[in-house]
Parts: sequence; structure tokens; C-alpha cells
Amino acid sequence: MTDKTWAYEDFVEGETMDFGSRHVTAEEIIEFASEFDPQPMHLDEEAGKASILGGLAASGWHTSCMFMRMMCDAFILDSTSQGSPGIDYVKWMRPVLAGDTLTATSTIIAKRESAKRPNLGFVTMRAKMVNQRGEQVFELQNTGMFLKRAAA
Amino acid sequence: MTRDEFFRVGQTVTLGSHKFEPDAIIAFAKKFDPQPFHLSEEGGKKSVFGALCASGWHTASTWMKLNVAHGIANPGNWMGDGPAPVVTVSPGFTNLKWLKPVFAGETITYTRTATGLRPLASRPGFHMLMLHSEGFDSTGDKVIEFDNSALVKG
Repeated sequence: MTDKTWAYEDFVEGETMDFGSRHVTAEEIIEFASEFDPQPMHLDEEAGKASILGGLAASGWHTSCMFMRMMCDAFILDSTSQGSPGIDYVKWMRPVLAGDTLTATSTIIAKRESAKRPNLGFVTMRAKMVNQRGEQVFELQNTGMFLKRAAA
Repeated sequence: MTRDEFFRVGQTVTLGSHKFEPDAIIAFAKKFDPQPFHLSEEGGKKSVFGALCASGWHTASTWMKLNVAHGIANPGNWMGDGPAPVVTVSPGFTNLKWLKPVFAGETITYTRTATGLRPLASRPGFHMLMLHSEGFDSTGDKVIEFDNSALVKG
């Protein structure tokens, strides 16, 4: 029996989880891009302004990683998560610019028990992030694996 | 020269290799994915994976690192009419699969295959470049794959 708050049984189809908000700084945009996506619009304010993105903008991979951290802090670290086999899709819908504040939510769209592993189930979620103007900047759909409460 | 030739549609390009050192796995996980099996050897041993392994987002972001370093098409190679087409931004990806854990010390070799190029009705003068991307470990097993795309001006 687990002491974690979130096991397979606790996810309810149709329910929406609130992951809270996160401020995005120029420093972290540049730090991530320097290592993983060193294109000018992710490294420099002037280059960002001159680009299609309109300002110093986070790499889409960085935005995805920020979402992962918000999801970890919201419930994954306090769950029976057994990882994820992958991501159905990610949409980078609008630029995420230095100074933006992102707010994330995720809705449970399906769940099913594993046929092969009776102690485990699959939970499919569709998540989105909006900026401080309420404009959607990001969408993700994926399936996570969670142990049942008695098995964890 | 066609755009398809310029972007090598149909060809698989090897982007390079990256070794996932334990310190780098842990540093990435502390920032973005602090689950126990990404934070320490001990946490990995106690998990379903059996050892310290990289966050799937670390494995995916490293594809981008090597993709940018390799470049997608050299403007100097353009022999068509007008200026060379330029890759701008990406609208996202689909069908990302983490097929096998990437354990500390493993080296992943990444590839990119341009699968097609289509004009955008909504944005005259732009095309969408469709890509399929993969990563393989030192035993040749595929550890990651996804389909992605990039907006091309020209």
C-alpha cells in the first residue's frame, strides 16, 4: 500500500488538474538554448525581435521541459508513476517570450487497466499552457503508467 | 535544383553522437524532471528501470542539440531560382516514443530523415518540411523516435 497521493484509481476521466504558474526569465531561456538549441532567436533579444517569434523566445523543447517540471511538482513526484512510453503530440502554438508567465492545466481524457500487468494502468491526459494574456501557447497529449494503490 | 533536393527528402542523415554522463543526467533532471531514477544511481536501482537513466526530455532535447549543430541545409548548396529557402520555427512533434531507457554512460547516435515538403495554403511563400527523427544506443537498439516538422520560408 502506497503513501502517495496519486495512484491509478485516483485519476477520474473528465477531471482537470491545475499545475499552477511559472515565470519565464531571459536567463533560463538563454541557458537552455546555449546547451540544446543555440539558434539566435533563443539566445539574444535583438535577434529574437528580428525573427518570426518577435522577442527573446524559449526553445520549444525548453517549453516542453518547463511543462514537465510543473507536472512533476503538481503530482508526478507524489504518484505511483512508472514513466511514460511516449507523447502522442506536442503543439508549440505561440512564442513563449522572456517575462511571460505560464499557467498549466491537464485533463484526464481516458484510462484503462493493463491487460499484461494487472497491477498497473494507463492514464491519458491532454494538457495545455496559457500565457498571462490567456493565449494558449502549448498543448500536449500523452499516456502515463501508474501502479494501482494496492500494488505500490 | 528542387526544394526536395536541397532538403534531401528521402535521405537519412546521421547528426552525430552524444554520451550521457551521470552528472549531466542528474543536472538536467534537477531542473526539469526530478524523479528518483533520474537523480541518483541509488534511485535508479530501486526503480522499474534498474539504474540511473536520462529523462526522456533530456534524450529528446539532445536530438535538437545535434540537429542545430549539424544544420538542416547549407544555403551555399542552393542552386535553384531566387534566394535559398530558410528553416524558421517548428509547430511541434507527434508520435514520440521512448522505446528503451538511456542509462548513464550510454552513447546515443541521432538521425534525421526529411520525409516530405508541402506548400502552405495558409501562408503563401512558405512550405512545411516534414521530418522523422531517431536515436540509437551503442548496441544499435532504437531508444527514441518522433515525427516533427519545420516551417520553411521560400
